[in-house]
Formats: sequence, structure tokens, C-alpha cells
Amino acid sequence: MNHLKAQRLEQGTNDQPVEASETHVMNGAEILINTLEDLQVDTIFGYPGGAVLPIYDKLFDCHDIRHVLIRHEQAGTHAADGYARATGKPGVVLVTSGPGGTNTVTGIATAAMDSIPLVVFTGQVPSGLIGNDAFQEADIVGITRPITKHNYLVKDVDDLEHVIREAFHVATSGRPGPVLVDLPKDMLNTEGRYSGLKKISMPNYNPVTQGHKSQIQKAADLLSKAKKPLIYSGGGAILGEAWEELTAMAERLNIPVTTTLMGLGAFPESKKQSLGMLGMHGTYYANMATTECDVLLAVGARFDDRVTGRLDGFSPHSKKIHIDIDPSNIGKNVEVEVPIVGDVKNVLPQIDELTEKPDTEEWWKTINKWKEEHPLKVAKSDDTIKPQHMIEEISRITKGEAVVVTDVGQHQMWAAQHYNFNHPRSFLSSGGLGTMGYGFPAAMGAAFGCPDRPVVCITGDGGFQMTAYELATAVEYQIPIKIAIMNNNCLGMVRQWQELFYDKRYSHSILKKGNPDFVKLAESYGAAAFRATNPKEMNEVLEKAMEINDRPVVMDFKVEEHENCYPMVPSGAALDEMVEGDEE
Amino acid sequence: MIPTDNGQTKTANKHTLSVLVNYNLNALSRIIGIFSGKGFEIDSVSFGPGEESGLARITITTHGDEHIIEQITKQLNKIIDVVKVNDLTYDHFVERELALVKVAATASSRTEVMQVAQVFRAKVIDISPEKLSIEVTGNRDKVDAFIGMMEPFGISQVARTGTVALKREYSGSV
Repeated sequence: MNHLKAQRLEQGTNDQPVEASETHVMNGAEILINTLEDLQVDTIFGYPGGAVLPIYDKLFDCHDIRHVLIRHEQAGTHAADGYARATGKPGVVLVTSGPGGTNTVTGIATAAMDSIPLVVFTGQVPSGLIGNDAFQEADIVGITRPITKHNYLVKDVDDLEHVIREAFHVATSGRPGPVLVDLPKDMLNTEGRYSGLKKISMPNYNPVTQGHKSQIQKAADLLSKAKKPLIYSGGGAILGEAWEELTAMAERLNIPVTTTLMGLGAFPESKKQSLGMLGMHGTYYANMATTECDVLLAVGARFDDRVTGRLDGFSPHSKKIHIDIDPSNIGKNVEVEVPIVGDVKNVLPQIDELTEKPDTEEWWKTINKWKEEHPLKVAKSDDTIKPQHMIEEISRITKGEAVVVTDVGQHQMWAAQHYNFNHPRSFLSSGGLGTMGYGFPAAMGAAFGCPDRPVVCITGDGGFQMTAYELATAVEYQIPIKIAIMNNNCLGMVRQWQELFYDKRYSHSILKKGNPDFVKLAESYGAAAFRATNPKEMNEVLEKAMEINDRPVVMDFKVEEHENCYPMVPSGAALDEMVEGDEE
Repeated sequence: MIPTDNGQTKTANKHTLSVLVNYNLNALSRIIGIFSGKGFEIDSVSFGPGEESGLARITITTHGDEHIIEQITKQLNKIIDVVKVNDLTYDHFVERELALVKVAATASSRTEVMQVAQVFRAKVIDISPEKLSIEVTGNRDKVDAFIGMMEPFGISQVARTGTVALKREYSGSV
């Protein structure tokens, strides 16, 4: 391998293809490792098993790739996903055949729904045994077909290198997504060719990145004449790294910006144009602005049902412009006047350049009145920890600079509402699939990717227990993430819906009887752990936690158990029919 | 197909898609999976090697409103192995389906069955004392009509290829 690397170095920056005659013969496992090194993969989240032993044998001597031994393949996939969201680089997973592969399914589906670039390598039984119900055999290509952007079964070891290169290309280009490569064991042991050629030949795969000129002009014309324009920005602005372009445009044109859950951080919430998040638990002013606006510019967003509420009541007075790199997102849920297929990073500045600053003075008066009269409510108490207060304190103590990773439910919505997001790649959450158990392992992945940034996992007592075993990994690798459990002894969002829509019949949503002592649980792994039952203790615990840099910290925050998350657009209601909160 | 008041068949929401795709079963599964997974309909599907080696041409007939057809086309285009999707419905195109129909034909009914077959330019390809197997080719409507005409005699088996279609090269008025 060293010999090869030396050769590559001699050839300079490697954009020149290696001569075909320099093709090397090695076994499949070596081809895999060489190709990953060549693709500058620095971290793999994996778990060994029979079918991938040849790869693990090569990893034993490989020092350029850090292999992180996770404790369950689902968590490993979430970790790779968190790594990808925090760094912008593809996350890489390596698991064995059968159960190794099937355990990754939830993680792959999570990544697919949020367009996260992952490359998942699964072992497979030897080619000759496929279909025989061999030990640890599962048709993982078949199982993951609907939840991957593309997947491969390698049938010839000579295809291995270019399949791997293609897999990374597909995962990271266009609308990103997970790609799975299934590797029969004999492919890993058989000798094949490794060329080192970087060229990828996929003549039929050409994502559109440049927007159509005349559509861009139409968009600019609409925005120039708008009286009540609004930018609605989604995860695409982060995946497409268009946050600077977005911020520049919104500030220059003085157009308000609301972001989706996935778009948080693409536009700094400290700017006066920010309206925070829209949708089911969005701010009053974001939802009202969406309903009242006359031109809506959707940037890398997909009009998800949690964003739109009842479709016929969604932004009924606006002309809509939709920029998306995936044509199938356009016109899927909502008809738009100006569809623009392209990369938001290319398209936004072009629209910006052609747009004359619209007169939004009256519009801002209306919006500012909404902001004044209907701010997000933060209940505070001296005796009990209010969940919203908990998020505000975390925001304060991390100065809004942390990578915040959440699970799914009430704490997720409160984190989205009350943490002050000013940077992209700083809010990692399973938006589309809504995967409980995502938060902690994804936070760990983010910490591997961004060792210099503080990483806070905000989770619940329900979600944390789904992947709590990864404490072993976090302790082993000395990952200093802060895990803040919003412990209300129940599945908060389920409980909230049961309270509001099921006559307070709390069917199977109360976890109190079975919940562990989270402090003892964490300590048994060797993690630091604290508990707080009132706001004063909470502050002390947060201060202490921030000082710890050599292991994970679990903070068990006993919060008010019956707090509901508002504003809330009930299922089937329009955005302006939101409920603002309990009467005190 | 929805019969309308004047007895004609409403075909406006029928679409014939011609999909050129890399020849592998994973690709075929993905294409079918789009339909089953996203709730789209397939009326018929046929799959075979295309004009270039390594490529297959899949002809799918489906139905749905404009919005659904647009989503189907876009979703198919997203599949990495798909080279090209053509909705032939918007073009002049030729389509054919082949069906083999095994129908009861005793000495008393055989002549009548064969006469009907002749009207449809269908061919008898197998014969036994009790049954005839008949090959009929045409567009979907013609094949449907032929099968309808055979029904009173007693059909025991039908095998249909599904529609195959190509864009017409010359569509000017003669």
C-alpha cells in the first residue's frame, strides 16, 4: 500500500489518470481499503462479522482510516449520518451480512428522507451461496432498494473499484442520499484490478445544477414587484452550502426568511429578517407570514406536510417560486408558478442579481406587530425546570455555537424553537423519518467529524433509551459530547396528542415505572453524569458539564412533566389555525 | 378504461411510457418498486433487451391524471440506471400487444371461433379436439375486443405480453 501511495504522490495531485499499464492486482479487501483511502475517507463506523473479516484484517494495519467500533449497526448508521450532516462529507458505514445489514435499515431510511450522503458497505455471503438461505444471508440490496438513492451488488471483483467510486459520486452529487454496496465474501478474497483512476463514467447520470435563465428572470420579476415577499428555506440550502448566498440576498432585499426544521441555521436567527421556523410547531409570525405573503420563494424545501398544514390553506395568496435540485420535488405537493430545477448555490445569486429591492415597509410593520404580540412563550419557574427554559439555558451556555443534535418529539421542537441557531450544520435532527434513537449516536458521529466544536445532544428519556448502549463507544473513544436528557418520564409528544385529541387517555406513553436511574446507567459505562431537578441545579450541572473534555456527560434534567409544545397546528388544520397554548 | 356515455372509451388518462434502462434486474425492481411503493398504477409492463447491448427497453402502460403521470416520469428519471423516459402519449407512436388465448372449441363451435379469429387477423397456433390456441396481435383495445369475443365460447387461459411501443418516425400528413 505504501508503495502505491508513493506512486500516487509522484503523479502529483492525481487529476491525471494513472496509466492503464500501472494497474495493480490485489484482493478485493485491499481494493476497498485503497479506494477509500484514495477518496480521502478518514472515518468508518463499523461492526465486524464473518462476511467482512477479510476487510477487518486489512483495517488492522490501516492507519489512515479511523475505524470506529460502534455497538449496534443502527447506531453506527446514525453516527455516520451525524458525521455527514456536521461535516458535509459522506458518512461511511461497514457492517457484516444478514443482521448487520438489516440493522442499518432504519439509519439508511433516516438518511434517505433527509437527503444525507452515506455509503454503506455490507458483507454478503459468497456469491455461490446467494439465494441458498446461507448463514447470515439477507437480500440487503432488495431490502434497501426503496430507501437508497442507488445500491449495488458486486458480482465481479474487477468492478469493485469503480463501483465504490460511483457509490461516493452518486451519494454526494445532485440531491444527496444513501448508497449501499453489497460485497459477497468471495469478492473480498479474490484478486482483482485496482487502477487508481479517478474518472467516473456515468453518462446517464447528470443532475441539473444550472437554473433555467428565463425562469430565473421570472423569479426576479416576481420578487421585485412583491409587496409581501417571503423566503422559505429548507435543508437544501444547507446541503447545497448556499447559506452565504441566502443571507446576502435576504439582507440586501430585506425579505423575511423562515426556515424549516431541516433548514435551521442556514439563515442566522440573530438577523432581523429571521422569522424562525414555520410549520406545525413554527412561530406564530412565520406561519402568519407564510399565510399572508404574496410571493413565496422556496429554497431547497419540499413542502412537507409538517410544514404546509392543510394544503388548501397553505399560503393561499402567494405566487410561488421553487428552487430544487430534484425535479420530482417540484409540483409534488403544491403547484408553483415558477419552478427552477438547479443547485440553490448557483441559482440564488442569479436571482439576487436580477431582483430590484422590493418595497417591504408595510409588510415589515405587519410582521413586527405579529412578532411583538405573539412571541414564543417561555414559561419559567423557580421550582421546576420548564423544558423551554432548559433549551434557553443550553443555548446561553453554549453561546449558540454548539452542534445541537436531537431525537424526535417535544424536546426536538422546543430545541428548534428556543435554541438560537446562527450557523449551518449546527442542528442535526431526523426531520423526514422522525427516528427516535437518532440523537445520541448522530451526536457522536458529529463529534468525530468536528472535534473542535462543542456537541450537545438534546434528547428525551424515551429516545435516549433507544440507543443508550452507544455510551460504550463514546467512552471508549473519549468523545466529550453533552447529552441533555429532557426527562419528563413519558413520551412527551405522544402524551401531548393523547391529552389534546384522545381525551387524556394516556395509553402506553408513560415511561416512569421502567425508566432507569440515568446517572447510574451512565456511570456504569464510565461516563460523567449529573442530575438536576430545579433550575438552579440545572445551571450548575451545565457549567460542570462544559468543563469535562475527556468523556461523554449525561445530564438527567427532571423537567415539568405535563408541559405541552406550542404553537401547534393541529393535524388537518391550516397554518393560520394554529393553537397558541394552554390558558393559564 | 372508463366507458363514456356515447359508448366510446375514454383514453385521455392512459399513458404509454417507454423507458430505456441499464439491463439488470435491480433496475427493473426499482422501476416496479416506484409504482408499488408510491401508489402508482401499472396496466401492463414489458421488458426486453433494447437496441444497444447492456440496455433494456421497458414499456409501461399506466393511467392517472397529469399530476400523477408527471410524478411517475420524474420518479423514473431519478433512478440512476434509467437512461431515458419517453411518455409516448404526447407523440405519434405505434403500439402492439400479443396475446395467446386458449378457447374451448368443439366440433360444433370450431368454425365460428375460427371465423371470429379471421376477422381479427388472429392465427390458430395449436389445436386439439376440445380447444384452440389463438395468437392475436394489435393494440390493447383490439386484444381486449378479441378476448371479449372469445369469452362466450369459454376461455380457459390467456397469456398477454403487455404493450410494446415505439415513437413513429414520420408523422406528417400523406
